[in-house]
Amino acid sequence: MIYLKHICKTFIDDNKKEVHAVNDVTLTINDGDIFGIIGFSGAGKSTLVRCINLLERPTSGTVEVDGKDLTKLSDRELRESRKKIGMIFQHFNLFPSRTIFGNVAFPLQGSGLSKEEIKVKVRKLLDLVGISEKENAYPSQLSGGQKQRVAIARALANDPDILLCDEATSALDPQTTKSILDLLKNLNKELGITIVVITHEMAVVKEICNRVAVMEKGKVVEEGDVFSIFANPKEKLTQNFIKTTSNLRKIEDLVNEDSPVVKLKPGELIVRLSYIEKNISEPLISSMTEKYGVILNIIFANIEIIQDAPIGGTVAIMSGEPDSIEAALDYLRDKNVGVEVIKDARLPK
Amino acid sequence: MQDFLNNIMPNVVERFPTFVQAIWDTIIMVVWSGAISFGLGMLFGVMLTVTKPGGIMQNRVVYQILDKVINFFRSIPFVILLTWLIPISRAIMGTAINVEGAIIPLIVGTVPFLSRQIESALAETDKGMIEAATSMGISKMGIIFRVYLREGIGAIARGTTITMISLVGLTAMAGAVGSGGLGDFAIRYGHDRNMMDVTWVTVIAVFILVSIIQIIGNIVVKKNKH
Repeated sequence: MIYLKHICKTFIDDNKKEVHAVNDVTLTINDGDIFGIIGFSGAGKSTLVRCINLLERPTSGTVEVDGKDLTKLSDRELRESRKKIGMIFQHFNLFPSRTIFGNVAFPLQGSGLSKEEIKVKVRKLLDLVGISEKENAYPSQLSGGQKQRVAIARALANDPDILLCDEATSALDPQTTKSILDLLKNLNKELGITIVVITHEMAVVKEICNRVAVMEKGKVVEEGDVFSIFANPKEKLTQNFIKTTSNLRKIEDLVNEDSPVVKLKPGELIVRLSYIEKNISEPLISSMTEKYGVILNIIFANIEIIQDAPIGGTVAIMSGEPDSIEAALDYLRDKNVGVEVIKDARLPK
Repeated sequence: MQDFLNNIMPNVVERFPTFVQAIWDTIIMVVWSGAISFGLGMLFGVMLTVTKPGGIMQNRVVYQILDKVINFFRSIPFVILLTWLIPISRAIMGTAINVEGAIIPLIVGTVPFLSRQIESALAETDKGMIEAATSMGISKMGIIFRVYLREGIGAIARGTTITMISLVGLTAMAGAVGSGGLGDFAIRYGHDRNMMDVTWVTVIAVFILVSIIQIIGNIVVKKNKH
C-alpha cells in the first residue's frame, strides 16, 4: 500500500518565487490497484509520482510504502526500498550504449546474482514483455513501443511490488499505446503488481485504471473509482476530461452553434440520458417508447464498458404528447437514468 | 634513397640520432603528462559534474572552489606557467630541465583544460538516464561509473583527443625552455641555425603524431556509437 500524507513540494523558481508544485495531497493507493493520476501539464502529477520513490523529496508530508516511511530512511535503506518500486518514463530513458540485454541486466548487476542467473532472469523478462528477439539490438534500433517494453522489463528486474508510469504512453501512437496498456494490465493481473499511471489522457484512465485522482494546480480535486468518476463527475475539470473521451457532451456546442441538427419543431425537446448505475440491463428506451408512445430520434449514443459495467448515454430529440413526454421522463428517472433537458421547444403550460 | 634524403634534408640526416631522440622525448612527455592529466582531469571533471547545482552530489562549496581554481590556472599563459613552476618542478622531480622538468608544468597546463572538456562531455548525459538509474536504487558511485562515465565514453574520447593534441603543442613550447623534444629540435637547428629542412621535417613529424592521436580518438568514438 502506498500512503501519501499531506505531501507538499515547493520549488523556488528563477525569480526567487515559491512554486507549489504539489500542495497538500493525501492519497491512498491499495495493493493491486491500477491507479490513475490525471491532470494537464503543470498540474503537479509528475512531481507527485516522483515523491513516491523520493526522486523528489517532498518539502513536507510523509510517504509510506508498505508501512515504511521512506522519508525517514537512510540512503542505503532508501536504495533498497527503491528496488521494489519500478519506474518507467515518457522518453524511456534507456542506456544507449548498452544492448537491450545490457539495459535489462543493468539493475541486476551487483545484486548478488551470478552471470548465469542474470542471463536467465533477463531472458525471462524480455519474454514477458514480448521482445526476446531484440536481445542484442541497441535502443536506437528500436521503435518507441519496443523501447517502452524494454523499459518495462528493466523496471521489473528487481521484482518490484509497485510500478510507476510517468506519461509512459504519451510519446506513442494510439495503436502502440493500446498495446503497452494491455501489457500493463496483464502485468497487474499476472504479477499482482500495483501500478500508478500518470497521464493527461482520460482514454488511458478509462482503458486500464480502477481508481483515479484528478489533479489541478498541485491539488487533488476529485478522487474515486473510475466508474463513479465517469458516471458522476463533480468537478468541472473532471467533466472536461471525460468530455474528451465521449461525444455526449458535444450537444451543448451544437446547441450554442444553433446547428441544423438541433432545430426543433414546437413540442419537441432534446434530452441527454445517462446511465450511471452499474445494474442497468433492461432495454429502457424500447420499453419507454412502447409504453408511452413517445418518439426518440437519437443524435448521439455512446456506451462503453468500464470496469465490466456499461456506462454512457444517449442524446436524442423527443417528441410526442406533452403528458406522455412528462410521464416517460419520470419513468426513466425512476429507473435511475440521469435525465437532462438540453433544449426545450414545448409550449409553456 | 640515401642520396635522395641527403639531398632534400641534409641537416636532418646528419643529426638523425638527435632527431629520433627528439621524437622519443616528445612522445614520453605526451604519454606521461597525458596519462597523469587524464586521471586528474577525469577526477575534477566528474567532481564538477556531480557537485554543480542540480548534480547528484550537489555541493556549493566544493563546486565553487574547484570552478574558480580551474579558471585561475586556465588563465595563465603556458610560457609563464613554465617559468613560474620551476621551483615546484625542482622540488618534486628534482630538476627543472629535460623531459622530467617539463612534466609538472605540462600537467598543470593540461588538467584544467581537460577537466572542462570532461565536464562538458558529461553534461551531455541525459538527465532522464540519471533519474532512471536513481529510481532503480543504484548508488551515487554506481551512477558515476555505470551511467555518466560509461555513457559518456564517446564524448570523453572526443574531449580527450582535443586535449592531447593541444598537449603536443605545449610540449613544443616546453622545448623552448630546455625540455628537449621536437619543439626544441626545430628551434635549435631549424630556427637558430636557419636549417629550413629541419623545420620542415619536424612539422611533418608533429603532424604524423597528431594524426595518430586523432585516429585513435576517432576509433574510440566510433566504437561507442550505437
